[in-house]
Amino acid sequence: MTRVGVIGIGHGIFGRRSDATVQELAFEAFREALADAGIERKEIDASVIGSVPEYHKQRSLAGVVQEYLNLNPAPTWLTEVACASGSAAMRTAWMGIKSGVHQIVAVIGCQKMTELSTPEILALMGRVGEVQWESIFGTTFPGYYAMFAHSHMHAFGTTRRQLAEVAVKNHSYGALNPKALFRKEITVEKALESEPVASPLHVYDCCANADGAACVILASEDRARAHGRKVVWLDGVGCATASMSVLRRPNLYSLPSAVEAAQQAYRMAEVGPRDVQVAEVHDCFSIAEIMAYEDLGFCEKGQGGRYIEERKSYIGGGGVAVNVDGGLKAKGHPIGATGVSMAVEIVKQLRGAAEARQVPDARVGLTHNVGGIGQYTFVHVYRKD
Amino acid sequence: MFEWFGKVNFSPYTKVGDFAGFLKDGYLKGSRCRACGFKTFPPRADCPQCLSGEFDFVDYSGRGRLHTYTRIAAAPNGFEDVAPYTIGVVDLEEGGRCLAWFGSTIREEEIKIGMELQVVPRIFEEIEKIKVSYSLEKPGTKWGRRHADA
Ligand SMILES: [Zn+2]
Repeated sequence: MTRVGVIGIGHGIFGRRSDATVQELAFEAFREALADAGIERKEIDASVIGSVPEYHKQRSLAGVVQEYLNLNPAPTWLTEVACASGSAAMRTAWMGIKSGVHQIVAVIGCQKMTELSTPEILALMGRVGEVQWESIFGTTFPGYYAMFAHSHMHAFGTTRRQLAEVAVKNHSYGALNPKALFRKEITVEKALESEPVASPLHVYDCCANADGAACVILASEDRARAHGRKVVWLDGVGCATASMSVLRRPNLYSLPSAVEAAQQAYRMAEVGPRDVQVAEVHDCFSIAEIMAYEDLGFCEKGQGGRYIEERKSYIGGGGVAVNVDGGLKAKGHPIGATGVSMAVEIVKQLRGAAEARQVPDARVGLTHNVGGIGQYTFVHVYRKD
Repeated sequence: MFEWFGKVNFSPYTKVGDFAGFLKDGYLKGSRCRACGFKTFPPRADCPQCLSGEFDFVDYSGRGRLHTYTRIAAAPNGFEDVAPYTIGVVDLEEGGRCLAWFGSTIREEEIKIGMELQVVPRIFEEIEKIKVSYSLEKPGTKWGRRHADA
């Protein structure tokens, strides 16, 4: 069966984009990806849009984006799995190409999160959990990850300082990323002393909402090779789910969907965690990155706190370099765009084009994109030619 | 009657709606599948094991141990007036888990993962409409009608 290759990448600036509609954000990323691929727009035979609809006033977004990109009459559709919507779009495009139905597909993750008023945002925030038995007690997104954090601390002795170290690392790399929302370094003291959100998590343990878009153009092996440039291959895709309710999970210090998705992706790509040099993981909260180190097998279960404390996830730290574009924490988290943004960074790294934040000799890269509190996880493994 | 359940209720219509009525009378109920006996909390009408839609409500003692918790400072819509509040997830002795607020019998600094807790049915607001819930309390805490009847 055909391999699927990335032939073009594009990435807009993440942040409060009061200057643009969601389709205008999508256009920025698409234009850059098309130029990067060096292909004609008419060669694209489908697009898949990753986005979370409830943040937009515009309903049925895929059609609007397709029109604005002037891609009609090529087919398009939307994928939605909360914060993993972008990776669902990647997987769907990959499936379309693998099946032979499509040859070249544009994957566009795009999200406006600042279009809603604060009361509207607060109302959405109150329904992030399972609404019948949990949201009635005022659970929040940080609140759930906070409960994971307490569970992890209790089981493995993870400390608040170790959590803060994740934010320090990701801000240090965000400072090097011209597309990031926050481009300044922070200290561990500043992170520890920030306002509490949901104990033990404070403001600097949490990523920030943002507007933004990213685009990846995928092609079948024939078309990618004919294209004649450096191709990065999407060789392993894994996807798994876990219960929405924290009342139905086996434990609250790991994401079982991530463990399962990682195993699938490693198996398909015929690699293991030790073969990976660079990873983009879903650090919506500091504890999420620590759980990701463990769930992906970068370290033993329970050793995630030490992994960051020993700086193993820094470039040149002796482990897998993680979130060297700033991660969700510093780059910002436009939820539908995030999965595609992760793919863009990994492709840059494997092309050796990441400049100041380049991971030396990166050959295998991985993305780990989580929807909600782990209801969905997508793990994708990329390899350079 | 499920609209009685919770400070803010998002799902008034459910096949386990009677749960809220039991709670009002001081009873905490889980569900047991009539076909295979699968017992769980929170109750569910449809069995995840054998797919049967026949179930009975069964008594839960409410005894359990704290699995994890958080103190929420940044509250969503409808909860601003009670923030900050502390939420706990409890592993119930009879199977299943329960998520709820800590009640007044436990001080913040006493909260520890693994501690024994009692889930207690509560009627917490009766001015214009019935509002029922449950809270996490010290083992041995007495409550409402169930104990008055006994
Ligand atoms: Zn059954």
